Amino acid sequence: MKKTRHLQILILIVTVISIQLLTQATDTSYYLTQLTMSAYYSLVIIGLSLVMGYAGQISIGHAGFFAIGGYMSALLTTHNLLPYKDSTFVLILSKAGLLVSRQDLYGTDLLTVHPWVSCILAIVITIVIAYVIGGPVLKLKGHYLAMATLGFGIIIFRIVLGSSIFGEADGLSDVPAFALLPGIEVSGKMPVRVLNYYIAWTMVVTGMVLLSNLVNSRIGRALRSIHGSEDAANAMGVNISKYKLHTFVLSAVFAAVAGVMLTHYNGGIGPSEASVMKSVRYVAIVAIGGMANLWGALIMGVLLNFLSLRGYFGSMDDAIFGGILIIIMLFAPNGLLRLEILGRLKKAKPKTGTEQA
Amino acid sequence: MEFLKVNNLCRSFGGLKAVNDVSFTLKENTIKAIIGPNGAGKTTLFNLISGFTPLNQGEVFFNDNPIHGLQPYQIAANGISRTFQNLKLFPGMTVLENVMIGRHTHSKSEFLSGMLNLPWTWAEEKKIKKDSLEIMDYLGIADHAGTDATSLAYGQQRIVELARAMACEPKLLLLDEPAAGLNMRETADMAKLITRIRDRGITVLLVEHDMSLVMNISDEILVLCYGEKIADDAPLAVQQNDEVIRVYLGEDDA
Repeated sequence: MKKTRHLQILILIVTVISIQLLTQATDTSYYLTQLTMSAYYSLVIIGLSLVMGYAGQISIGHAGFFAIGGYMSALLTTHNLLPYKDSTFVLILSKAGLLVSRQDLYGTDLLTVHPWVSCILAIVITIVIAYVIGGPVLKLKGHYLAMATLGFGIIIFRIVLGSSIFGEADGLSDVPAFALLPGIEVSGKMPVRVLNYYIAWTMVVTGMVLLSNLVNSRIGRALRSIHGSEDAANAMGVNISKYKLHTFVLSAVFAAVAGVMLTHYNGGIGPSEASVMKSVRYVAIVAIGGMANLWGALIMGVLLNFLSLRGYFGSMDDAIFGGILIIIMLFAPNGLLRLEILGRLKKAKPKTGTEQA
Repeated sequence: MEFLKVNNLCRSFGGLKAVNDVSFTLKENTIKAIIGPNGAGKTTLFNLISGFTPLNQGEVFFNDNPIHGLQPYQIAANGISRTFQNLKLFPGMTVLENVMIGRHTHSKSEFLSGMLNLPWTWAEEKKIKKDSLEIMDYLGIADHAGTDATSLAYGQQRIVELARAMACEPKLLLLDEPAAGLNMRETADMAKLITRIRDRGITVLLVEHDMSLVMNISDEILVLCYGEKIADDAPLAVQQNDEVIRVYLGEDDA
């Protein structure tokens, strides 16, 4: 229902603002850092929820797309082009206003690509890679698709870990702030902590609006039909391979945008962001959230990432997520927020609507 | 111009010739049944026409347009819609939503317009819903609009699948064993329903085991045996065809 959808978004906005005010009142605004990071991770998770829950496909390689976004923008905004400043290509870029001059921590002059340009480039590259990978891979089903996307994730991980241009095990650092608009910059500096909390959450709200619109549209219905029966969807005129691919690419873009933003926020990115365990974590959180449940994915995404970033899981971090995945699959395959009791409560109410929330 | 023209269709699975050199035509606004003993290749023939099984050889023309080699969704967009022998409803979706999928080829909101929830898509959604309800009303299942489709009784589910296929506004409807699993009364109702669908101007091609259904409603019957066509005629003529009697009742060795 359209009204429920508006209400949900409103509740999200109110919650976001209340949490910020609460941290201000209780002098605990250091929590905002982890909440900002969790917001960006949640972008990956709601995108993946679309692929897994609605289109019924799986990807154990989404950390790869996050890393492509993050690493591309980190590389472009830190790679010094001064040595090539007289080459025609760099001159053209510079004339077009696509480059910026700045100084690094040690006062060395740098000439790098403008963050906006690198951000757009990173997204374009992600789209191209997602199409190239998704095209053949999404013809696979079930275990085979899982293994193929896992393979993709591993390749990206080994590339960033093994290439000196990507900083090998150290990753890339000294990534500058990203001024979205004059005065509104994505960076982890203390004075802009509250601002960045709101930037991140504005993106999450926007993402949720876009995706909840989508799942309630003709396309969302078509995706659910693919999930239900590919043959029947096909017979009804739904171009299943096209829709699967577009959904995959869309979720890859969500992951890449998250990667770009979080890299600017953290001022760097390391290979652990591309690791298989990250991908498994995203899959686990989507499962806990209840697969075809964007709100569940968002809530669990924020909660678990927040706890993890605050260090509550200690050195058992990855083990906890693995364990959660097993337990959810065994006892609550429809997600933690959709346990049987909740389901019964829902059924008790007369159901007249036809759209799902 | 032939409405549907099938030329020399062939399909083998390993060494088995499931469909062997089958040709037939279908006139507009008629009901044609494909019958034959188990394993005669009826469903394979259906899958070849609807694009679910790639063919080895042959051609299919729909209103003089070649449709062989097209994907099922493209064939659906051409105006051919089908049901399945083993029901393939979308679980977890309501009856209305199932039928609304049938309107897919007649609507056009895509990813971008859907995400941005553009105003013109609201009108489209409303129309999809209205059209779907109209068809459900016609088939008498409008009361179940909000029910989870797969929780209905089996006979009702068959009608939902029919409604979904009808929502595509097909010119040709392929029904794969529409009476399978139905009791006698439901079968009789289904027969009436199929005739009503034909009267709406939709041509029907069906595969069926139930002889009473086939003989009563078909204008023409195609008989398959071991992948080959052995008869293609009016019901009465088929009933008296020696070859058909031999296949169905066994050979008289005496």
